[in-house]
Amino acid sequence: MRNNATALMDVQHLEKRYGASAPAIFSDISFSINQGEFVCMIGHSGCGKSTILNILAGLERPTTGHVSMNRHHVTRPGLERGVVFQGHALMPWLTVAQNVALAVRARSPGMNKADVHQQVLHYLNMVNLHDAQHKRPSELSGGMRQRVGIARAFSTTPDMLLMDEPFGALDALTRGVIQDELLRICAKTGQAVFMITHDVDEAILLADRLILMSNGPQAHIAEIVENPLPRDRVRTSIHHLSGFYDLRNHLVDFLVRRSAGTRQTSN
Amino acid sequence: MGGRQEKLKAYLLSFVLAGGVLLAWQVLTLPTTLPVEVIHADNSEYARLMGTASAAPVSHGFPSPSQFGHDAWQQLRAPFHNSGPNDRGIGWQLGASLLRVFIGYGLAVAVAVPLGLLMGQMPLLARGLNPFIQVLRPISPLAWMPIALYTIQNAEGCGIFVIFICALWPVLLNTSFGVARVRREWLDVASTLELGWVQRMWRVILPAAAPTIVTGMRVGLGIAWLAIVAAEMLVGSSGIGYFVWNQWNNLSISNVILAVLLIGITGMILDTAFSALQRSVGYAE
Repeated sequence: MRNNATALMDVQHLEKRYGASAPAIFSDISFSINQGEFVCMIGHSGCGKSTILNILAGLERPTTGHVSMNRHHVTRPGLERGVVFQGHALMPWLTVAQNVALAVRARSPGMNKADVHQQVLHYLNMVNLHDAQHKRPSELSGGMRQRVGIARAFSTTPDMLLMDEPFGALDALTRGVIQDELLRICAKTGQAVFMITHDVDEAILLADRLILMSNGPQAHIAEIVENPLPRDRVRTSIHHLSGFYDLRNHLVDFLVRRSAGTRQTSN
Repeated sequence: MGGRQEKLKAYLLSFVLAGGVLLAWQVLTLPTTLPVEVIHADNSEYARLMGTASAAPVSHGFPSPSQFGHDAWQQLRAPFHNSGPNDRGIGWQLGASLLRVFIGYGLAVAVAVPLGLLMGQMPLLARGLNPFIQVLRPISPLAWMPIALYTIQNAEGCGIFVIFICALWPVLLNTSFGVARVRREWLDVASTLELGWVQRMWRVILPAAAPTIVTGMRVGLGIAWLAIVAAEMLVGSSGIGYFVWNQWNNLSISNVILAVLLIGITGMILDTAFSALQRSVGYAE
């Protein structure tokens, strides 16, 4: 276990069950995330990954256990934790710029119009969507919508970004482009990120640390893996790095075989 | 281009249909000489009584299109004339009805939208009120009349109350439904952005539910416009419904037809305004 005193976010013994007699969805989930760290959680559907993310976001409450952020107890959502939702969750009645402006104003109430607009353009530029600012979400492709969602989350300058399978619904090509963008932005800003995915390659590319979840119900953390690849890895050349295939095989083996097995041994 | 031609064809068809109706109307109201032959000379006293003694070709009571046009023009030339409660212009009457509808409907919206917002956000309140709404909703607005007349004891107030009570339910139910169905994700976004109560309501919940709310308002206004005519026939003294009934008592069928047409056209204009509002608050997901 890492040194929890310096951790940005500390998660201790989370457990969630719906009803007192129902089996736990997951139990004894403990980990921490440091400043500037990119952590991915991998696991099959049904292991409660999204619920864990919602608990970190403060949108749901754990049955037992607690989450603290900057040594403050997390009990409700807050601007210091930005969320990128699985289904982008843009307001369809607002334009792209207005969607981001909503978040900018939420972070800085009373900011004047020109400054808000300038901030909006800054974050839209960051995800290369400057030209789409006057469009509505329904006029955008899935990838563009998710990029607006990312720009919106960044625009509140959160200490920690929580991403729930943000690229799950995108085609491989778009996914790659946005992964590169995200990697570039995170490298520049030193943003701490907690991301849920079930894509092994995505996790290896983005994550500094990988949390492997066993299958639900009664899911738990099977293993936490440090990514041994250098931090300046890029999508186009990552598979040439030594150690890439070892890590990939390890993860795929886990998902195919051990994720189900670990539950039996733990029971 | 094809769409435009279709439109043109539709206009042409409407025009032809209107012409057909007018023609049929004209033919059916052609003057006949039939009554004179029925009443024979030995019945001259009776014929005189019926006012058909000297007039050879006799017209129906129902006006022909040209007669109607003439009478309507007389009425529309001075729509706001006012020669006492029994002889006011049709514009004056229409205005009185519209005013009543706007007051009653405005009150209904002012009550139903805030209450619906609360119900949409508090399932307990919605479930608690539901039996009352389900019982009150199917009551014909006119069934309220005696109760309203007895308690309010004021014709003007009764008309407004009837409008209020019939426009209330669709607005209330649609608002409650629209708010309850606002997507969880959008509310989560509002929460993670730490939006306050007012911002959450104004920036997220209202715009998200607006299309459903406006649909309810459109239905409510339609019902209100249906109800006002009937209510005014009962309580009287002014309004387009009163006008229809008064002209029927005067046996002025032309004026009745004119009023009925105006009721329809006004209803259409109100509905068109709301359909424009509906478009402006609508969004594609």
